Amino acid sequence: MALQNIWFLLWGLLWAIYFITDGFDLGIGSLYPFLGKSDEDKRTMINAMGPVWDGNQVWLLTAGGVTFAAFPLVYAVMFSSLYTALMLILFALIIRGVSFEFRHKIDDPKWTKIWDTCIFVGSVLPAILFGVAFANIFRGIPFDHEGVYQGTLLTLLNPYGLLGGLLFLLLFLQHGSLWLSLRSQGPIHDRAIKTANGIWPVLLVVAVVFLIASWFATRLYDNYLANPVLFVIVLLAVAGLFGAKVFLARKEIFKAWVASAVTIIGCTFFGVVGLFPNLFPSSIDPAYSLTAHNASSSPLTLKIMLFVVLFFVPLVLAYQIWSYHLFKDKIRTEDMMY
Amino acid sequence: MDALLLSRFQFAATTMFHFLFVPLTLGLSIIVAYMETKYVRTGDKTYLDMTKFWAKLFLINFAVGVVTGITLEFQFGTNWSRYSAYVGDIFGSLLAIEATASFFLESTLIGVWIFGWNKLSKKAHAAVMWMVALGSHLSAVWILVANAWMQSPVGYTIREGRAELTDFAAVVTQKFAVVKIIHTISSAMVLGAFFIMGISAYHLLKKKNVHFFDRSFKTGLGFAVVSSLVVFIMGDLNGVVVGEKQPAKLAAMESLWETQKAAPVYLFAWPDEENGRNTIEIGPIPGALSLLVKHDFNAEIKGLNDFPKEEHPPVLITSFAFKGMVGLGAVFILLSIAGLFLKDKLVNSPLYLKIMVAAIPLPYLAIQLGWLVTEIGRQPWIVYGLMKTAEADSPIAASQVGISLAAFIIVYGLLGLAGFYLIARKAIQGPDLDGDDNGHGAIGRPLKTA
Ligand code: HDD
Ligand code: HEM
Ligand code: HEM
Repeated sequence: MALQNIWFLLWGLLWAIYFITDGFDLGIGSLYPFLGKSDEDKRTMINAMGPVWDGNQVWLLTAGGVTFAAFPLVYAVMFSSLYTALMLILFALIIRGVSFEFRHKIDDPKWTKIWDTCIFVGSVLPAILFGVAFANIFRGIPFDHEGVYQGTLLTLLNPYGLLGGLLFLLLFLQHGSLWLSLRSQGPIHDRAIKTANGIWPVLLVVAVVFLIASWFATRLYDNYLANPVLFVIVLLAVAGLFGAKVFLARKEIFKAWVASAVTIIGCTFFGVVGLFPNLFPSSIDPAYSLTAHNASSSPLTLKIMLFVVLFFVPLVLAYQIWSYHLFKDKIRTEDMMY
Repeated sequence: MDALLLSRFQFAATTMFHFLFVPLTLGLSIIVAYMETKYVRTGDKTYLDMTKFWAKLFLINFAVGVVTGITLEFQFGTNWSRYSAYVGDIFGSLLAIEATASFFLESTLIGVWIFGWNKLSKKAHAAVMWMVALGSHLSAVWILVANAWMQSPVGYTIREGRAELTDFAAVVTQKFAVVKIIHTISSAMVLGAFFIMGISAYHLLKKKNVHFFDRSFKTGLGFAVVSSLVVFIMGDLNGVVVGEKQPAKLAAMESLWETQKAAPVYLFAWPDEENGRNTIEIGPIPGALSLLVKHDFNAEIKGLNDFPKEEHPPVLITSFAFKGMVGLGAVFILLSIAGLFLKDKLVNSPLYLKIMVAAIPLPYLAIQLGWLVTEIGRQPWIVYGLMKTAEADSPIAASQVGISLAAFIIVYGLLGLAGFYLIARKAIQGPDLDGDDNGHGAIGRPLKTA
């Protein structure tokens, strides 16, 4: 039991790390056509995430792989139920990833334009769809006792799902504009700051609406009511949100970015803790829901994987932090490799 | 068509496409790291230019390799959910280990390498490339351990209708995995080396940058000689393990229908799968198969007719793919040895150089054929002896899979075209020998347009 609960939390943690790392890449990509006025601006935006985006993306692979390893039944039912949504995310990530490398390889405006479009679509689509998918998981997915999904892609596009999509998009936009202002200078820097300031009130409103809607659309609050101390997680998200604003006003961009990361962690854990012990609840009958207890791997696998994760994740964090540190300065034209 | 068949097409198409790019990543990562190390050791600028030129091709290829891998990580869940639920306990953990232990290493450090030219010392920068190579090879190791487990499941018990892990060490150290890993990694090295030699030959024929490409060719040649021999030897061992663990696959590889002592290898055989015999058999070498597989001229080898018909893999594809791979293996050894004799007069050996240009696609072909043998020869099993492919797919609508398959064909088709076009274009352009030391003019954007 204890092992399964630890894994449940680790599962949530890995998703949260994915959202705070690749989240700013997706945000910058979504802002790309709007903030990137000149070619120089566009290159600044790409190079701002250039050294780190690929390593960030691996958190998604790890979150997926760990779902497979620790909760195989969840991996099986979740990804086959969300088939079309997941395929859209994968195609988006495919075109985004090659664009960084391909874009500058031929000096022809038509060629560049193709990959510019791919960067935008490949970023904005996952940003929204991750939100839609998670909001639907919070709400419950219509699948039967055999794990067969009884809906379509449109089933996922219900108002609460779409609200989740909007929330994620805004979180990533704020996160991305902060990262961009951290690593850029001149006009593009100023525009990024302006964007972060502009997004903030919208994000605040949407976040409040989401918290209220969750009361009606989901059963997430059951756990919180049973255990009010858990409300600190909501407070954490709120503190992050206001922190970002305060630091932004004081022009302490790095601190604002960290606060924005805290908001994202808070939001992810708001859902994860509310779900517990469900990983993938069924909206047809709660008895069909996949939980940390009925969908997990054998104790031996959970133990081996715990060892692997406790050894490697800190190691990975260490060398990723080193690489972030190495590339923390403002980008100059002569540093641009893409 | 039903969802199962479509899912099989989709899986085959997406993995084979991924594996068009993987071997070059594996092979070149080591060769580039070697070149950069030579530069650090000798201070010779040609090695720096070589590092940058070959790395530029490497990076285009790497990008496509990475993005096509993402799909595969999730496809077991989307399309093979019953398989995933059945084997997740073992197979899932190997995949998760692959991500945490190796993908992070290669993809974090490749970013450091690309952008780190003037942030790191020369030594540290070269060391980073070695870590990238290590990461790529570790990822190959883990995914191949996973694949070997499907070929020959060990270290498990069946409990509550699924395979559960009982012995992790047995899974990781089984012979099938070890042999497969060495065979695959060395085949990737063959590809990388022939890639370098082929492109160098192209420029040597034009007598452009002769010093640069002569040295590149020779660097590739060293790797080619060793790896083409290792592939051959490990291929033989691969056959022995297959004979032990998957006798039906072995019989299909050799289109052997009747169980017999002193079993022959045919130089050519056309199988007739309906009637369980070969319509054409040319050049039998008696006892050769027994000798190769059991290291005993007289040993008995089981023929396909002694397996239930529904457990026959498709014989025609399996046997032809196998013979093609082995034939090409011999070609690679011959070409490498010829290279050893000609290496000091390459510019004066236009015929050899032309053959080497033409040979660039051959390792690609051999590698795809190898996977066809492995995967089609495994049919009808998805996990050998435990689970049939037909029991493994997801309960999803065929239309969904049909649409995603069509999308894959279009998107991957365009991606493949763009990727290979860029690689070819940059390869033909040749090195930019005026680039500065900071990676510009070679790795990054050309200086002129910056
Ligand atoms: C023998 C080697 C080998 C084999 C059989 C496979 N791969 Fe692969 N894969 C690699 C060797 C590799 C690599 C060399 O490590 C790649 C290729 C290019 C690259 O950047 O890394 C890679 C990239 C790569 C990535 C992207 C990693 C990143 O973002 O950095 C994923 C998710 C996968 N692969 C997943 C898979 C799956 C699920 C496979 C099984 C069906 C598979 N690969 C077969
Ligand atoms: C990268 C090189 C690989 C290539 C080119 C390749 C090729 C193929 C092909 C052609 C098929 C279709 C066989 C058929 O349906 O008749 C297939 C099926 C499959 N392979 Fe591989 N494969 C590769 C690696 C792997 C690895 C590493 C794994 C697992 C770790 C794997 C797991 C599977 C599965 C689950 C199927 C689907 C079920 C099936 O059709 O048998 N493959 N592969
Ligand atoms: C020269 C003689 C060769 C022999 C006897 C040989 C033998 C084999 C055998 C028996 C398999 C099937 C293993 C299985 O079913 O699990 C295999 C697979 C494979 N071969 Fe070869 N091979 C040879 C040459 C080559 C060459 C030259 C290449 C490419 C450059 C190559 C690439 C592959 C690959 C990629 C696979 C699939 C991975 C694996 O299962 O190991 N082989 N080979």
